[in-house]
Amino acid sequence: MIEIRDLKKIYRAGEVDVHALRGVNLSVARGEFVAVVGPSGSGKSTLFHILGGLTPPTSGTVHIDGRDLLAMTEAERTELRKRTVGFVFQKYNLLPTLTAAGNIAIARDIAGRPQHSDPEFDQILKLLGLEGRLGHKPRALSGGEQQRVAIARAVVNHPALLLADEPTGNLDTENSIAVLGVMRDLNDRLGQTILMITHNPEAAAYGHRIVTMRDGRIVD
Amino acid sequence: MVYRLVFENLKHRPVRTLLSAIAIGVQVTMILTLVGVSNGMLHDVATRSRGTGADILVRPPGSSILGFSGNMPEKIVEVVRGVPHVALATGTLVQAIGNLDSITGIHLDEFNQMSGGFRFLEGGPFNGPDDLIVDEVFARSRHLHAGQSIEIGLTWRVTGVVESGKLSRMFAMIDPLQDKYSAKDKASIIYVKADDPANVQAVLESLKKKLEDYKIYTVDEFVSLISVDNIPLLQRFIAVVIGLAVIVGFLVVFLSMYTAVLERTREIGILKALGASPGYILAILLRETLLLAMAGSAVGIVMTYGTRYLMGVFVPTMTAEIVYSWWPWAALIALAGSLIGALYPGLKAARQDAIEALAYD
Repeated sequence: MIEIRDLKKIYRAGEVDVHALRGVNLSVARGEFVAVVGPSGSGKSTLFHILGGLTPPTSGTVHIDGRDLLAMTEAERTELRKRTVGFVFQKYNLLPTLTAAGNIAIARDIAGRPQHSDPEFDQILKLLGLEGRLGHKPRALSGGEQQRVAIARAVVNHPALLLADEPTGNLDTENSIAVLGVMRDLNDRLGQTILMITHNPEAAAYGHRIVTMRDGRIVD
Repeated sequence: MVYRLVFENLKHRPVRTLLSAIAIGVQVTMILTLVGVSNGMLHDVATRSRGTGADILVRPPGSSILGFSGNMPEKIVEVVRGVPHVALATGTLVQAIGNLDSITGIHLDEFNQMSGGFRFLEGGPFNGPDDLIVDEVFARSRHLHAGQSIEIGLTWRVTGVVESGKLSRMFAMIDPLQDKYSAKDKASIIYVKADDPANVQAVLESLKKKLEDYKIYTVDEFVSLISVDNIPLLQRFIAVVIGLAVIVGFLVVFLSMYTAVLERTREIGILKALGASPGYILAILLRETLLLAMAGSAVGIVMTYGTRYLMGVFVPTMTAEIVYSWWPWAALIALAGSLIGALYPGLKAARQDAIEALAYD
């Protein structure tokens, strides 16, 4: 599913070259739930951004579903975000002017998918427990509800890979457990491949496997 | 779905949306009011020309359509009267007195004979050299009544207020007017009535032969020439106002959209993370602009009725019309200015780096 070999990323901050990734090697099988842990500055977010097609790698090889990210143009990376990858962010990142349903629908619209009903997705909505909350705007939803809407939005186009960046970072324990439970259900029931960045060891324990990063490399 | 997002975005900042629409409306009103006043005043001139009852008018050589102040010797009236089938001919002197106003000197008896006479609403005809007849519109604009005096360069005594629609808004005896404005024995326009409508063309031909360099038109022809298309200065003025309107629209939408793009940086990042292409993001901004321009155009059209009402109250001598045929043009001009204004903010949004945008607080 994901094959990363000797992945390097150097970006420029002012006049300084920052070596964010210094040769990452990682394989993730389809249907796996992998937690990526590590201190701040270890390169987790950069890895997340590269896998999500938000920024290009500097060197190495990154294959998602057999497609090489290094060779991709900007437009191809946009396509990748549309159909292959779904994001869940720490700050939920819902569009504040749209309702929960609207936030989900816009993702479908961007992917060019019809807005009519999708039985598989309806099942996911049930799993997420969002019935009765879809007509509300984000400001009327709790943090846990917002994050579950964000998860629904991330999987509405049935992406091959769900990338979650600190999905419980802004949530209390109860909501964190609920969100992590939903992610594990998605993985268990629907075989959703998930890569989750987290600082929280309890959250990381939900994954099948924990990968530790430090100084731009995977150390464990 | 995109339209729902666009509507919600516009609803999210109602004051900004309202102010932007009003500002776009102002540009539409500027255009429609100018066109309305131009057309209204020209139609007014046309109506008043028809109100003379004349069939033909003779103007001095080299005079332009609306340049009434060029003069010719008054004795030309006698030449005109000598043309076969001319029943009546009367000379008039148009004397500009500033602010687009003018006094027309007439031979009252001749003019009455040609036009069927004034219908007096107050007072009666003039008797002395300082007497003035005004029409009801001018009287209303200056709050004048018969018996009052008015200072318009010189002091005049209003002897009568007449119904509008005949030749001018202010009338004086032609001889004293010629004396007062150093135009002794001069006339600006000679109005001619044929003995039979069937002879109008023949009279016209004869006059053109006799008075070679003079501008001679049938009243119908003259009226048809009174249009914006035949007045280059007015056309240029309208073009300048349209240019200014486009700049106003451009600046308003530019600032509005630029602010919107800055405010929505994070949302743009979210859309990009969801796979929105630069074109998709640009389309959102442009559709928002399109809706603003449409709302602004509607507001502008409504405000045009307001400006027409206000002009009717405060400047009744300037007739403003509602020119429906210009509505789509004004809306298109507003849309063009707005889209140009939205282009840079839209491109800025489309080119936004997704990671930086997502990190924006």
